[in-house]
Amino acid sequence: MSIRIDAGKCAGCGRCVEACPGNLLAVGVDGRTFIRQERDCWGCASCLKECPFGAIQYYLGADIGGRGAVLSVKKEKSVLCWQVTDAHQNCQEILVDSREANRY
Amino acid sequence: MTLETKVLSTDILIIGGGTAGCYAAYILGQRSDYHVLIVEKANIRRSGCLAAGVNALNAYITDGHTPQDYVDYAKRDAQGIAREDLLLSMSGRLNEVTEELERLGLVILKNEDGSYASRGWRNIKINGENIKPLLANAASSQPNVAVLNHVNITDYFLEDGTVRGAYGFDVNAPVFYEIHAKAVLIATGGASGLYRPNNPGFSRHKLWYPPFNTGAGYAMGILAGAEMTTFEMRFIALRCKDTIAPVGTIAQGISAVQVNAKGEKYENRYDRTTSGRLYGTVTENREGRGPCFLKTAGISKEQETDLYKAYLNMAPSQTLKWLEDECGPSGKNVEIEGTEPYIVGGHTASGYWVDENRRTTLQGLFAAGDVAGGCPQKYVTGALAEAEIAAEAMMRYLSDSVFGNCAVGEHTKTQKGSHEQKSGYAYAGAGRKDDSDRFEEDSPKKKQEYEAYLSKSRTVIDIDQAEEAMQAIMDQYAGGIRTDYRYSETGLKEADRRIRLLQEEIPSLRAETMYDLLRIYELRERLVVCRTLLAHMAARKETRWHGFAENTDYPRTDPRFEKYVNSRYRNGQIEILYRDIKTGDGGEKT
Repeated sequence: MSIRIDAGKCAGCGRCVEACPGNLLAVGVDGRTFIRQERDCWGCASCLKECPFGAIQYYLGADIGGRGAVLSVKKEKSVLCWQVTDAHQNCQEILVDSREANRY
Repeated sequence: MTLETKVLSTDILIIGGGTAGCYAAYILGQRSDYHVLIVEKANIRRSGCLAAGVNALNAYITDGHTPQDYVDYAKRDAQGIAREDLLLSMSGRLNEVTEELERLGLVILKNEDGSYASRGWRNIKINGENIKPLLANAASSQPNVAVLNHVNITDYFLEDGTVRGAYGFDVNAPVFYEIHAKAVLIATGGASGLYRPNNPGFSRHKLWYPPFNTGAGYAMGILAGAEMTTFEMRFIALRCKDTIAPVGTIAQGISAVQVNAKGEKYENRYDRTTSGRLYGTVTENREGRGPCFLKTAGISKEQETDLYKAYLNMAPSQTLKWLEDECGPSGKNVEIEGTEPYIVGGHTASGYWVDENRRTTLQGLFAAGDVAGGCPQKYVTGALAEAEIAAEAMMRYLSDSVFGNCAVGEHTKTQKGSHEQKSGYAYAGAGRKDDSDRFEEDSPKKKQEYEAYLSKSRTVIDIDQAEEAMQAIMDQYAGGIRTDYRYSETGLKEADRRIRLLQEEIPSLRAETMYDLLRIYELRERLVVCRTLLAHMAARKETRWHGFAENTDYPRTDPRFEKYVNSRYRNGQIEILYRDIKTGDGGEKT
C-alpha cells in the first residue's frame, strides 16, 4: 500500500507535501518530491487529489494482493475521475460526483 | 543541531486539528473573540481520521428515536462501562451538528420528503470524501483562529497545577516552540501502532485507524498526572481482509450477512454487539470454520459499481483490490478479519476522565473526540458534539471568574464527595506544584532534550527496530492478533517488563532530521500508552468484552468489576483507581 511519484511529471510544487497526514513526503534537492519510506503510507489518497500534474499513482503492496495495477485521480469540477490501470495497461475509469451521496 | 526558540501566546490552544479540534475552533470563531491557535503535526486539511473521507455518519438520531435510545445502545454495547452523563450530553447534540455539517457543505442523501436517508436507526448516508477539507476550511476561515501546521506538541507545561501551555517542535525546520495559553483543548485522537498489525511487512501502515495517531494526547496527560479511564476496553475493528477497509458499507448498505467457510450464517450464535461480531468471527476461525466472509456473491452489477464508488470515497484501496482481483464482490464474497487492538475513545470508552463539560482532572485542560474517555460510539458527529461542549466550557472558563479563576484547592473540593478516592484528587492539584513552578526552567530543559537526540553521532538500535520490538511484545504478551486477543497475568507482567526496558532505550535513539525527532516522540508516546494499557488490563480481573479482550486467568464477566478502571501516573508509578458506575446524567462529575 503506497504511492509512486513520477519524477517526469512532478514539478516539486509541494502541495502533496503539505497535504500528507503523515508528513511522509518531502521535496528533495533535485526539486522533485519523494516519499521518505514507501511502507509508511496509510493509503488515504490525499496526495493524489492534491497533485495538479497527475504525477502520483497509488498501488497495493504484493503482501495485500497487489499485482501491478495503479490508481490515479483527476478532478474535473465536482467530479473525481478515478482511473485504474492494470499491469497490462488495461484502463478503467470510475467517475464519482461529489454532489451525490453514496447509495450505501 | 541547535534549535531556534519561538514563544507564542494565545487565549485558547487546541492541540490537534482533526475532527474535534477543527470543529471546536469553528465554534469558538463563531461565538467568541478569543484568540484560538490550532497546532497540528501535519496539515489540518487532511489530517486525522477523516483524511480519506467517510461514507456514513454513524451517530444520528432518526425519527422515532431519542437521544436516550442512543445512550442505552452505547451503554449496552460497552457492557455497562460507559458514562451516561457524557453519552447523553453528546447524543442530544448529534442532529444539530449534522445540520451544521450540511450547512458547511457536506452532501447528505435525502428522502423525497427532504429528511435524511438512513442506513439503520442511527446512521445516515453521505458523500464524505471532502468532509475534512470542509471542517478545516470552517476552522481556518474564522478571523480569530490561527493554524500552525507541521508542529508536533510533546508535553504540557503547568503553573500552580494548571495547564498553561505546551512545548513542541517544527517537524520540518529546527524550531522549538513554547506556546502559552489560558486554556488548552487536547484533541489529538487515539493510539494506533501499539500492536503488530495485520500485515507487518510492506503494508504495515494499512491500518483501520491513522498510523499517525500515536496517542500523543494520552501520553501527555499521563505524564502530567491526569486521570485516565478504561484503557483496557481496546477497540478491534472487523474489516475487509488485507485492505482493512470498512465492512459497514457492505453489511448495512447491501444487507450482506456474515458467513463462515461452510456458508453458514454465524452472527446469531454470538452477542449482537460490536465486540460480539468480532468474537464470532475469531471463534469461527479458531474452531476451524474459517475463513469468514460477508456474503456478496450474487449482488447486481449496479450494486457492485455503487460499492466501487462508495469505497473510492473513503477507502480507495478496496476498490483497487476488487478491480485488480479476478472478480469483484458480485462474483466473490468479501473476506473479513479482525485488526490489531487500538486505544480510541471515539469507539470504546478509553481516554481522559472528564466531566460533563469535558474538563479533565488537570485545571485548564479540556478534552474532546477520541482522546476523551467514558463516551463510546462517538464517531464523527459525537466528536463534533464534544468539541462544541468543550468550546462552550472553555468560553465560560475564560469569562466566568468563579469557574475560570477557581483555585486548584477549590476545584479539588468540588470534586470530592461523589467519589471514594478523595486522596487521589489532591494530587491532581497539589502534587503538580513541584513541577509546575519550574516551568520557566523546564523550557530550556525540554529544548535540550530535543537537541540531545539531534546531536547524537550514533545509535544502538534505530527507531524502526524499537517500534517493531514494541509491537512484537504487545502482540505476543498482551493479547494481539497472534493470540486471538487472549492474554494472561503472567504475560502482561512480561510485556510490562519488556516495554519498560524499551523505554530505557529511548534516550539512546538518534534523530538525523526533525522528522526523525517526530518519530522518536511518537514512539515515546506509544510506549507510555502501552504501560498504562497494561496496568489497566491487569486491573480488570475478568473478561467483559469477548472479542476485544480475553483474560485467560479470568475468562468470565465478574459483577465485582462493574466499575471504571481509572489510573493516574505518580512518581513513576501507575496508580489504579476503581470508580463506581452511576446511572443517570450528572451523577459522575469529576
